[in-house]
Amino acid sequence: MCQEKCPKKVLDEVFEAGLGYRKAIYTPFDQAVPRTPVIDRANCTYYEKGTCKACEKFCETNAIDFNQEDKILTLQVGNIILATGYDLFDARKMQQYGYGRLPNVFTSLEFERLSNSAGPTNGHIVLRDGVTEPRSVAIVHCVGSRDKNHNSYCSAICCMQSLKFAHLVKEHTEATIYEFYIDMRTAGKGYDEFYQRIMEEGGIFVRGKPAEITDVARTPEEEGKLILQVEDTLVGQQRRFPVDMVILSSGLEPRADAKELAVRFGISCSFDGWAIEKHPKLDPIATMTEGVYVAGCVSGPKDIPASVAQGAAAAARVLGRIQQKQMNLEPIKATVHAEHCSGCRICNTMCPYNAISFDDVNGVSSINAAMCQGCGTCVAACPAGAISGSGFSDEQVLAQIEGLLRVGADGLALRRSAYPETHHDEIEEAVRA
Amino acid sequence: MSAQAPLAPAPAQGTAPAATFEPVIIGFTCNWCSYRAADLAGTARTKYPPNVRLIRLMCSGRLDPTFVLKAYAEGADAVLVTGCHPGECHYIEQNYKALRRFRLLQRTIEALGIEPARLQLVWASAAEGVRLANEIARVTEEVRALGPLNWPAGNMVDLDAFNLDAAWEATGGDAGGPPAAPDGANPEHAAVAR
Repeated sequence: MCQEKCPKKVLDEVFEAGLGYRKAIYTPFDQAVPRTPVIDRANCTYYEKGTCKACEKFCETNAIDFNQEDKILTLQVGNIILATGYDLFDARKMQQYGYGRLPNVFTSLEFERLSNSAGPTNGHIVLRDGVTEPRSVAIVHCVGSRDKNHNSYCSAICCMQSLKFAHLVKEHTEATIYEFYIDMRTAGKGYDEFYQRIMEEGGIFVRGKPAEITDVARTPEEEGKLILQVEDTLVGQQRRFPVDMVILSSGLEPRADAKELAVRFGISCSFDGWAIEKHPKLDPIATMTEGVYVAGCVSGPKDIPASVAQGAAAAARVLGRIQQKQMNLEPIKATVHAEHCSGCRICNTMCPYNAISFDDVNGVSSINAAMCQGCGTCVAACPAGAISGSGFSDEQVLAQIEGLLRVGADGLALRRSAYPETHHDEIEEAVRA
Repeated sequence: MSAQAPLAPAPAQGTAPAATFEPVIIGFTCNWCSYRAADLAGTARTKYPPNVRLIRLMCSGRLDPTFVLKAYAEGADAVLVTGCHPGECHYIEQNYKALRRFRLLQRTIEALGIEPARLQLVWASAAEGVRLANEIARVTEEVRALGPLNWPAGNMVDLDAFNLDAAWEATGGDAGGPPAAPDGANPEHAAVAR
């Protein structure tokens, strides 16, 4: 009700990708959680002029409170799932494609809204003027992906997304469809069948990355059109395709603040900014930091099924940890041997977790095993050798060094440990021989 | 059963001419970054010289300076210390403590007459498998150019008089005590032999 009655229309740059409007009081999108309207203060007439309050008048439950302020909540939690998603590659960076300059060049997200029946055009696929149906549409793959000038990785979703666009255009208009691709990547259940289907529906696939999209016509047929200049690598020649509409299948990028996020949550991310999993194959949900999990595109480009699976897996993992009532800690801990401790307190300043405390009565330091994370810095720092680290004691590490550098009869390092005990005799014979 | 040759021939030390000198480098890796980087290099099939032998620690902060000196004493030609990039330590800030110890060690080994290039520090995040591999290759080549360290250490043995069986027994664990130095152990001789 409040959204209906609000008199102020605002261009929705976020969900509608700048193609549609929302009110000054709005829910960000239909599936938003919580699905509660918020007031956009910067655009609300009441905050601008002090009068209006239309939403308040019409709200049946008196839910509108103009005095509400933003609140920062401090929550103590034991598990965190990072599912911050991705940013879309800014197609303006590829100036040769004219996005932002040529009106009928759209990004994939814009087209997504354009083709949505709940979108700004009620699902009518039209040019930027809002009325004209395109008679020819070009879809450009790998915009900003698989491109050394921008992102060298494959964004994983664009091929299937582009095929979906082709299908939607075919369904809603009479337009001819051209897909400009480098390689078609349709790995996944039912995916390649869908590709075959689009080809059967008459989609024209051109293998080549457009060099330029321009509105400068060379022939009368090109007049008033957008022309894609491309080397068709299957034909082996330069071709020009005049079309009415171009959709740029922009690649996926890590969120702009991905590196800051990684530092804040104590995880690591790649050069690009994708979060790094505990193990790329065997543990793609967990991170190196206990209790921090990743799901979806925060750890790399993924399609919807993969993101859903990761989200469910991360939730299940966290539930398991909550249910078990007890925490399993890493067994790697440092312990102080009080009889050797001289009470110098050098270790006290070493611990980043304040796990080391000094006992004034006995004059020795001691380590709280529950707080110790096992880094071993205090072990290395103790001048008396009074601290030992389980799993990484001085004796163990020194023995490793000795083992790695053991020299055999012929001056060669034996590296015995690489071979089973039962073969030692044979190896020695071989070395002697 | 026929004698089985070792699968991977170990690098020859000392006695070989300088052109084919294969340095032995001990690398200390952090469980959370460089060890994972080495693992990543493996899963990505990125090759790096086999001259480096990695020891995993939980953190570069665990690096006791003794470990480095022990490695030289045991015959390593160089030591590579690796850890998380500054600001990215899994244990908040322990790599800075490693950095301080590294600086201290640099001065110490110089005072002991060891070239500074024989102790190197490389930061490598878990994502930097290729970078770690490249750095290992670079360090290996630098140390190869320097030649063998030949640091005369007391526990080096005379290779000519080396009794493999006795030594194996002494170090095999059932003896319990420190390995008995074989007869005729002469540090100078041993250094030449290497």
